[in-house]
Amino acid sequence: MIRTLRLIPTLLRVGFVEAVAYRAEMIIWVLATTMPFVMMVLWTTVSESSPVIGQGGQQWGSASFIAYFLSVFVVRQLVSAWASWEINFEVRGGTLAMRLLRPMHPVLGYAMSNLAYMPQRALVTLPVIGVLLAAYGDFISRDVAMWATWGVAMLGGWLITFFVNVAVGAVSFFIESSLKIMDVYLAAFFVFSGYMFPIDLFPPWLRAVSDWLPFRYQISLPVELMTGKLAVGEAWWLIGKQYLWAGGLAALALTLWRAGVKRFQAFGG
Amino acid sequence: MTRYLRLLLLQLRTSVLLAAQYRFDFFLDAGIGLFWTATAIMPLFVVYGGSNRAGVPGWTFGETLLVVGFFITLQAVLDGAINPGLAAVIDHIRKGTLDFVLLKPADAQFLVSTARFQLWRGAGLIHAAIVFGIAFKEIGRLPSVGGVLTAMLLIVIATALLYSMWILIISLAFIVVKVDNLTYLFTSIFDAARWPSSVFRGPVKLIFTFVVPIAVMTTFPAEALLGRLEWERVAYSIVGAAAFATVARLVWLRSISRYTSAGG
Repeated sequence: MIRTLRLIPTLLRVGFVEAVAYRAEMIIWVLATTMPFVMMVLWTTVSESSPVIGQGGQQWGSASFIAYFLSVFVVRQLVSAWASWEINFEVRGGTLAMRLLRPMHPVLGYAMSNLAYMPQRALVTLPVIGVLLAAYGDFISRDVAMWATWGVAMLGGWLITFFVNVAVGAVSFFIESSLKIMDVYLAAFFVFSGYMFPIDLFPPWLRAVSDWLPFRYQISLPVELMTGKLAVGEAWWLIGKQYLWAGGLAALALTLWRAGVKRFQAFGG
Repeated sequence: MTRYLRLLLLQLRTSVLLAAQYRFDFFLDAGIGLFWTATAIMPLFVVYGGSNRAGVPGWTFGETLLVVGFFITLQAVLDGAINPGLAAVIDHIRKGTLDFVLLKPADAQFLVSTARFQLWRGAGLIHAAIVFGIAFKEIGRLPSVGGVLTAMLLIVIATALLYSMWILIISLAFIVVKVDNLTYLFTSIFDAARWPSSVFRGPVKLIFTFVVPIAVMTTFPAEALLGRLEWERVAYSIVGAAAFATVARLVWLRSISRYTSAGG
C-alpha cells in the first residue's frame, strides 16, 4: 500500500511530461468539447424571443445562460477521462502486456495518467474562468463553503467519468472493440448530464429519468454548485448519491477488469 | 471510369462481407442507430417543451423537425460512408501502412475514401424518412415537387461538403500524427447542424456559413422543402461546394507529396 502511494508522484510526473508532449492532441480534444458554446448561443437566442422559465420557477435570461454554459465548459474539461480509448487501443495492439508487467494495478496507472493532464486542461479553462468572474460574477457563487463542496463534487464527477471509462474499456477484453458502447454512453451523457441544457429546463418526466442516471452528477451537480443554485443541505444529499454512483461504478469496473484481464492473450489478436 | 466503378463495387462487397462476419456488431449497431436518432430528437422537446413554446425564433416545432430530419440523414451518410474511412486513414498514417495504399495503381484518395462502409447506417435514412413524415404532419401541408428536387440537390451538395471537410481533416493527421480524436472533432463540429442556422448570429453565423458550412447542409434543404429558399442561395451553395472540393483535393495532393511514411 505504502509502496503504491510512493509511486503516485512519479506516475503523475510521467503523465505530465506525456501531456506536454502530446499537447496538440489535447487541444483537439478541447476543441471537440465546444458544444456548450453552441448551446449557449442557441439558448440566448431562444430566451431573447420569449422568456424561459425553469421547473424551479426562476427565469433564465441570456446572462444566466452564458454563465451556465461557461461553467459547463470548465467542469467538462476538468472531469474528463479517456481511459476507455487507451484500454481499447492497448488491448487490441497487445501493448497492455507492458502495463501488466509493472508492479502495480494497471487501473491506477490509467487514473494517474488521466489526472496528470489536468494542469494543462486547467490552463485551457483559465480564460473562460476569467470571463466568468469578470463579466458574470453575479451569477457565480461567492460562498467559500460552497466552493469547498464544489471541489468534493468535482472529484466525484471525475471518479464517475473515470470508472465508466474503465468499465467500458474492460468490455474490450470480451468483444472486438467497445468504443461503440462509449459512443452510446456519450450520446446519453450529452442529453442527460446538463451538458446541452440545464436540467432545470427538462420536462418533468425527463428530469425524473435523469435523477436515476449517473450523468447529472458528472456535469450538472458541480455546475449548479458553481452558479449558486443549490442550498448546502441539498447539495450534500446529491453528493451522497454521486459517491454512491462512483462507488458502484468502481466496483463494476474492477470486477469487469479482473474477469477480462484473464482472457487477455497479448498477441494483438 | 468503368475501372473506378468496378473498384467501388469491389470495395462495397468487401464491406458487406466484413459486416456479415461480425454479426453481433451488426445488431449492436442497429440498436445504436435507433439510439442516435432518439438523442437527435430529444433536445427539441426541451427547447419546445415547458414554458417556452416559442422555441427557436422564426421556426415552428414541425419546421425545426425538418432540420433535424436532414441532420439525421447526413449523420447516416457521415457515419456510414465517411467516418469509417477517416478512421482507417488515420490508423494507416500512424502505423505507416499508408505506403501500401499509395503503391496501388489507382488514385489514393479514391481508395481510402471507399475503403470502408458501414452499410447498417443506411437505417438512419429510414429513421429520417419517418421524422420527415411526422414533421409534415405537424406543419400540415406537403412540400412542392420543386422543393423536394431542390432539397435532394442540396443533400448532394451537403455530402460533397462533408466529404471535402473530411479530406481537409485527414490532411491534419499528416501533420499531427497521434490524433485518434479527429473523428470526434469532426462530429462535434457537425453537431451544431441539428439547429436551424438562424439561431447563430454575428461571427458564429459567418463561421457556420463560410468556414464550416453547416447552415448549407441542414437548414438550406429544410428551407427548400418549406419553399422559402431563394435560387441565389442554391447557386451560391453549388459554387461554394465546388470551391471546397477543389481546395480539399489540392490540400490532399500536397499532403500526400510530403508524406514521409512511418517515423517521419
